[in-house]
Amino acid sequence: MRIGTGETVDAAQAVAALGLADRELLREGLAATLLHGPAQRQVFDPVFDLYFPRGIGAPEGESADRDDLRDRLAAALAAGDEMLMARLAAEAVDGFGGYGSSPASDGWSSHQTLDRVRPQTLFARVRDSVRAQSGASGFTDRLLEDEIRRRIETFRRQVAAEARRRIAERRDRDELARRAVATTPDRLDFLYAGKLQLAELRRTVQPLARKLATRLAARRRRTSRGSIDLRRTLRGSLSTGGVPMKPVLRRRRPVRPELVLLCDVSGSVSGFSDFTMLLVQALHDQFSKVRVFAFVNRLDEVTPLLVHGAADPEGLGARIRAEATLTGWHGSSDYGVALGEFAERYGDAVGPRTTVFVLGDARTNMSDPNLAAVGRVAERARRVYWLNPEPQALWGTGDSAAPAYAELVDMHECRTARQLSALIARLLPV
Amino acid sequence: MFTSVDDVSARLAATGYLASPAVATTVFLADRLGKPLLVEGPAGVGKTELAKAVAEVAQARLVRLQCYEGVDESRALYEWNHAKQLLRISAGRDETWDEARTDIFSEEFLLTRPLLTAIRGDDPKVLLIDETDKADVEVEGLLLEVLSDFQVTVPELGTITATRRPFVVLTSNASRELSEALRRRCLFLHIGFPDEELERRIVRLKVPGLDQALATSVVRVVGALRAMDLRKVPSVAETIDWARTLLALGADTLDETVVHDSLGVLLKHQDDVLKAAAKLDLDAV
Repeated sequence: MRIGTGETVDAAQAVAALGLADRELLREGLAATLLHGPAQRQVFDPVFDLYFPRGIGAPEGESADRDDLRDRLAAALAAGDEMLMARLAAEAVDGFGGYGSSPASDGWSSHQTLDRVRPQTLFARVRDSVRAQSGASGFTDRLLEDEIRRRIETFRRQVAAEARRRIAERRDRDELARRAVATTPDRLDFLYAGKLQLAELRRTVQPLARKLATRLAARRRRTSRGSIDLRRTLRGSLSTGGVPMKPVLRRRRPVRPELVLLCDVSGSVSGFSDFTMLLVQALHDQFSKVRVFAFVNRLDEVTPLLVHGAADPEGLGARIRAEATLTGWHGSSDYGVALGEFAERYGDAVGPRTTVFVLGDARTNMSDPNLAAVGRVAERARRVYWLNPEPQALWGTGDSAAPAYAELVDMHECRTARQLSALIARLLPV
Repeated sequence: MFTSVDDVSARLAATGYLASPAVATTVFLADRLGKPLLVEGPAGVGKTELAKAVAEVAQARLVRLQCYEGVDESRALYEWNHAKQLLRISAGRDETWDEARTDIFSEEFLLTRPLLTAIRGDDPKVLLIDETDKADVEVEGLLLEVLSDFQVTVPELGTITATRRPFVVLTSNASRELSEALRRRCLFLHIGFPDEELERRIVRLKVPGLDQALATSVVRVVGALRAMDLRKVPSVAETIDWARTLLALGADTLDETVVHDSLGVLLKHQDDVLKAAAKLDLDAV
């Protein structure tokens, strides 16, 4: 996060105006003065919790036994009382999260806490008790199960935050803030993002696509202002006695670029290709024609699966793998065969107005990279860009054919959504 | 203007705007630090309403600049009244050129637009710059001078500085990334969807005839819809619309038919409607 002196001064003034008595006020005040976007909140909140902990040490009261805690938790979940749940989370971490006995190796584990308290097993009990109270009827009853699941999820997060707070009391706080706090979704590394984080990334697609679309439209508008059409200006000046009063601009035929996407959807890079496909799908109306091909070691067209608006992001990858022929005799990716197949079967998809994006890590599993096929595609297309989700330092190590491909086409490192959007904005033809 | 954060909440509530603690805190700070407030968030959560409510509380005039693509200096700041200038010139034909010129570039011929209006005069004002992200990038440059120093430079008149700073609210739907320079001059507030309790209170306040149990059900259904992966999740404005619809339909409890028939009030895309209907099991009926 970039925070300058100006923000620091504002933050200090905010603290002076609000006082330190109310923790939540302080949190909102600091957030208002220090942050510049909603995505940063995700980083800010955990860090705030570390430096302004709710309390110190163990929660008050004796630590109860497990069944008692579970009883009270069930009641809190049934009531949906988040304050009470937070208090129980503190108790749970205190009672069941501690491990180790020597001062150097002890700590608090949210994993262990949840493993012993098992909030998910309370599900049926909570549901039954809520139904008994409200007299199980009506339409809203069917929402209940999802609501309880969401409450349990909240409790799990509260436990994690509490464990982090307790650890921070013993370890170096700065160190913890640097390492244990998740980053904003647009900086997540595609290759190492977990399932939940990928879901988060997908949610950033829509706003990102809209942002890119406005930027592209603005760029198109600017370039279309164009140059003066001398012939028509002079022709128009006849009515004013040869004085060119009104410059006529050269009209441009609006050309919408065509786009072809070649996506490696093998396990190792699927998160990256999924995300990119979604982004391109969201940008659909910016292009006259988009064709998407997926491959592992065989290649198949998946454009129909990406119909605008109809695709659900969750199932996209799975559907592509289920409905398209992507693998031959083995399951690992083979760029040589797939690219050769593309050049052979779908060569006519590429023309002088087409921009081709290849998405993949260029790891060929030791097979022939088939540079000739890439060369042929590059010759026919307007531009070919290769987006590689691996750090540049790793290109060429092991079975990576990245440097060889990079000699033929433009290869860019593209590891995070932030990099991707910057690249797309720069590379997309307008 | 305000004495404490609670004061902000109470007085906003008196005008019919129920603020979350985050909103109240930020409004309080914007007032205290004298900084503009940049409000972002999905459509229909009450960004513009906030500015109106603050204006009502402060008994200030609301000056609104609605941004759109192509809004420019003459729409945002000031314009010269050319017609009046021409009249003035033709009325005084026997004057010397110097007299005429100094005359026609005076206050009398100035048409103030929202930004200049907000800065001039001593009465309290709330300046609302709505949908800032719709404006072109050049307008942001214009805003920078206004928002950091509360002054406007008119070449013919010199610099006009505010004697009384207006309370400034900028809203944005984040359809374009605002420049870092603009963000740095503002306090940032993200208004998301309110929590269940707050939304229930908002619905009860805006739709007085609705009974408690139905309001609870309404908010729960909307909450469930927001948890789904939809193209456009319902916002507070839609919740209120829906509550009004139900009231008009005379529904006293929610059931499949009622929800099924009125889902279009909440969801604005056909595929969202289908998806929600499937998830809520509406098609069984």
